[in-house]
Amino acid sequence: MTRVGIVGVGHGVFGRRSDATVQELAFEAFRSALEDAGIDRDAVDASVVGSVPEYHKQRSLAGVIQEYLGLVPKPTWLTEVACASGSAAMRTAWMSIKAGVHDIVAVIGCQKMTELSTPEILALMGRVGEVQWESGFGTTFPGYYAMFAKRHMHEFGTTREQLLDVAVKNHHYGAMNPFALFRKEITKEKATASEDVATPFQVYDCCANADGAACIVLAGEGRAREISEVPIWLDGMACATASMSVLRRPSLVGLPSAERAAAEAYAMAGVGPADVKVADVHDCFTIAEIMAYEDLGFCKKGEGGPFVADRQTYVGGKVAVNVDGGLKAKGHPIGATGTSMTYEIVKQLRGEAGERQVPDADVGLTHNVGGIGQYCFVQVLKRD
Amino acid sequence: MFKWFGKVNYTPYTKVNDFARYLKDGHLMGSRCKSCGATSFPPRADCDSCMSGDFEFIEVSGKGKLHTFTKIVAAPTGFEDVAPYIVGVVDLQEGGKALAWFGDSIAEAEIEIGMDVQIVPRIIEELEDIKVYYSLEQPGTTWSKV
Repeated sequence: MTRVGIVGVGHGVFGRRSDATVQELAFEAFRSALEDAGIDRDAVDASVVGSVPEYHKQRSLAGVIQEYLGLVPKPTWLTEVACASGSAAMRTAWMSIKAGVHDIVAVIGCQKMTELSTPEILALMGRVGEVQWESGFGTTFPGYYAMFAKRHMHEFGTTREQLLDVAVKNHHYGAMNPFALFRKEITKEKATASEDVATPFQVYDCCANADGAACIVLAGEGRAREISEVPIWLDGMACATASMSVLRRPSLVGLPSAERAAAEAYAMAGVGPADVKVADVHDCFTIAEIMAYEDLGFCKKGEGGPFVADRQTYVGGKVAVNVDGGLKAKGHPIGATGTSMTYEIVKQLRGEAGERQVPDADVGLTHNVGGIGQYCFVQVLKRD
Repeated sequence: MFKWFGKVNYTPYTKVNDFARYLKDGHLMGSRCKSCGATSFPPRADCDSCMSGDFEFIEVSGKGKLHTFTKIVAAPTGFEDVAPYIVGVVDLQEGGKALAWFGDSIAEAEIEIGMDVQIVPRIIEELEDIKVYYSLEQPGTTWSKV
């Protein structure tokens, strides 16, 4: 089966995009990905849209995007696995090229979250977990991850300060990213002065809803070498699940789906965690980034707190993590997050990340989580 | 009658409907597969081990240890009137886990991971509709006392 290469990437500004519909956001990312690849849209054989339908008034989103991008009558389809929908779209595109069905596929991760009213958002917020046995007690996304944080602190001595080290780092890099929703550094003092959300989390432990889109163009090896001087190879592409209900999981200190997907992706790509120079991980809440370090093998289980406190995940540390600002600073337009992660790693591996560039980056990784770890996608990307 | 379960209920119909009726009468029930004997809490009608659909309810003690907890301040629709509230996940003595609110017998300052707790069936009485749930209480707390 052919190797799959990334030949073009595009990214729109994340934030409260009251200037655009979701298909208009998708268009921005698609146009810049085609420009980056240097190909005409006629060369694209199919598109895959990663997005979460319940946020949009438009039903069956792939169709309206396909039309607005001018890709009719080529095939398109939508993938949905909550906050990992963008990476699921990447995986089905990768599969279609591997299978020899398509040669060039555009993957569009996109989401418009700010059109919903506050009551609609609060109602959705009550159904993020398993609704039969858990939601009747008023559980929320921050509430679940807060319970992971409490347990992690109890078992490993992870501290409130270490959680905030994640937020401070990601806002530091977000300040340098023109696509980020929040482009300001923060201090721990500012973070601890913010409102409680779910203990131990305050506002600055949590990512923010946003609108946005990012597009990735994939091609089979032959076409990828023709199109691109520096194709970035998608050599590891794994997905795993964990039970929907947290009550069916043995412990709440990590995501078993992430551990499994990482092991598989490393094996596929023939690399290990020590080879990864730069990673984008799913920091929907501060504890989530600390657990990601451990689940991905960047440090031992339980050592994620000291790992960030020692600045091992800054540029210049053992592995640079979320040096685009992460979900924390970029904002989290859920369908677009997976492709936004891939965008950053491609730019880093090409050496085009500007003041945030990680030196000698040749192997990169993305870790995109859906729900509370119900789904996890891990990609390993390489430069020749 | 599963629509009785939870302050807000999203799943009124289920094969384990009678769970809520038992809870209303003060009994906390798990399930046992009649084919292979595997037990589960929360109960499930279709066996996760042997895939049989033949099950029976079995009463569980509700005794357990606190696995983790959080105080939810930003509440979703239907819970604004009770916020903030403290939610805990418990490792049950007989296996399985449960998620519930802390009840009045445990003060916030006393809550710590690893503590012994008792899951106690409860009814929200001030409402016209029947609403049942369970809460985390001091070990030894019984249904009739809350």
